[in-house]
Amino acid sequence: MQRKLILSTPLLEITISRICQELIENHQDFANTVILGLQPRGIYFAERIKHELSTILNKELPIGYLDATFYRDDFRRREPLKPNANKVPFIIESKKVILIDDVLATGRMVRAALDAMTAFGRPEKVELCVLIDRIYNRDLPVKADYFGKKVNTLDTEKVLVEWKEQGFLIKWNNSVLVIF
Amino acid sequence: MERTRFFDKMEQLSTRHLLGIKDLNPNDIELIMATAKEFKEVINRPIKKVPSLRDVTIANVFFENSTRTRLSFELAEKRLSADTINFSASGSSVKKGETLLDTVNNILAMKVDMIVMRHASPGAPHFLSNHIKANIVNAGDGTHEHPTQALLDSFSMQERIGDLAGKKIAIIGDILHSRVALSNIFALKKQGAEVMICGPSTLIPRHITATGVTVSHDVREALAWCDVANVLRIQLERQQIKYFPTLREYSLYFGINKKMLDELDKEIVLMHPGPINRGVELSSDAADSHHSIILDQVENGVAVRMAVLYLLAAQN
Repeated sequence: MQRKLILSTPLLEITISRICQELIENHQDFANTVILGLQPRGIYFAERIKHELSTILNKELPIGYLDATFYRDDFRRREPLKPNANKVPFIIESKKVILIDDVLATGRMVRAALDAMTAFGRPEKVELCVLIDRIYNRDLPVKADYFGKKVNTLDTEKVLVEWKEQGFLIKWNNSVLVIF
Repeated sequence: MERTRFFDKMEQLSTRHLLGIKDLNPNDIELIMATAKEFKEVINRPIKKVPSLRDVTIANVFFENSTRTRLSFELAEKRLSADTINFSASGSSVKKGETLLDTVNNILAMKVDMIVMRHASPGAPHFLSNHIKANIVNAGDGTHEHPTQALLDSFSMQERIGDLAGKKIAIIGDILHSRVALSNIFALKKQGAEVMICGPSTLIPRHITATGVTVSHDVREALAWCDVANVLRIQLERQQIKYFPTLREYSLYFGINKKMLDELDKEIVLMHPGPINRGVELSSDAADSHHSIILDQVENGVAVRMAVLYLLAAQN
C-alpha cells in the first residue's frame, strides 16, 4: 500500500482557521447555530473547529455527535458498519446546523446524516463542512459549503485523516493521506 | 469496482437464526449488547424510529399466548421500519389441522424475510430452521429457551452492576417449567457470572448442575449470596400435577417481600420477566421497591430485540 501525504500540520492548522473565518463570516456570533460532527471520524474535525471558534469568539459553542449508521441506504446490500454513539444534547429545531465530516466522497453518508438529523428536529438551515472534498467520487448531488482541500482521487484510493486525538503516532501529528 | 473505505466494519453474528443462547458465543452476546445500547438511545429520542429495515418483512408467528414479548417484538420491528404481519394460532387454519411447516411455508410464500416464533413445543424453531430459508428468532419454545428474554435480562443487569464476569446471580422460582431460566443460565455462564438456582426440589430439573450452576432450596440463603435476584413466575398452566401443596405455602417458603430485602446488609437488584403473580413469588412492596428493575427490563426488551433483528438482517 503506497501512501502519499496531501496535507499536514502546519498547513492543516491554517486550513482550519481559514474555515473558521469563513464560518464566522456567515454565522457571526453563532447565536442560533450548532455544530454536528458526523461519526465516526468527523467528530475529531468538528471538535477542532469548535475549539478554534470558541477561542476566537470567546464563548462555548454547542456541539453534537451524529451517527447515521441506521439511516444508510446500503444496509443488507454490503457489509454492515459498526454503529457509534449519538450525542446530541440539544434540539436542532429552527437552528442553523453546520454538519462536519472529515472526507466527502460519494455523498451517501451526508444523505443518511440529513435523514438522521430529522430525529432531533427540523433545522432552519444545514450547511456542510468537510476537510477533504474528493471531487470526482460523488454518487449524489451533494456539495460542501466549506472545504479544506479539494482532491482528485480514484474510487479505489482511500483518503485517511489521522488526528493525534485518535492516537496516531506519526511524525506530522495530524495529517491527511491518500493511500493507493 | 468495489469502493474502498475506512469505516469500521461491524462484526457479524455467528449464526443466521436466534434459536437459543446455547448456540451463541460470548462475542455474539457482546455484539448484541453493544448494538442494543445504541438502539436504547434511539428509542429514548422524541422521534423513535430509524429506517434500517425498511425493505424487510417480518412475520410474528405466535402459537402460544403472549403480551409483553409480542408487543415488544412488534414495537422493535416498527421502530426499525420493518413491515410486520401478525399471526396467532387461535382463529387461524392451525385449528383446521394444518401442520407447522405448511403454515410457515404459506406465510413465507408471501415473501417474508424473518420469522419471530413462539411455540409450545420445545425445539419447534430448530425444526423450522432446517426447512426454511428465512431468519428465525425464537420468542420462546415451550420449557426450552427464550433467548431474547435472557439477553434483555443480561442487558438490564449490566446497566445496573456493569460487567457480569464474577457477579453472582440467583434465579429463584419455578425452574422446571421456565424457558427464561435455561436461557438465562446459558447467557450468564457465557458472560462469566456465577449462577445459583433456588426453588422447591420438585421444581428444580434433574441434572441442572451439568450447566455449572449451584442449587439451593433456601431463598434467604440465595438472597444473602447474590448480587442480582431474578425471580420467576410459578407457571401453573404448565403444571399438570401438584408440585407443592398450596400457593400460600409456596409463598411462605419461597416468596420474596420487602422485609427480606431490607434485612440484607447489601443492596441487591430484583428482576422478574413478568407476568408477576403478586403475592406469590413477589410481594407488591418488593416488586414496587427501589430494588426492582422490572420496568427497565421491559424498556430494554425493545432495544435488545431491535439489536437482534438488526444484526440478523445485516447478514443478508
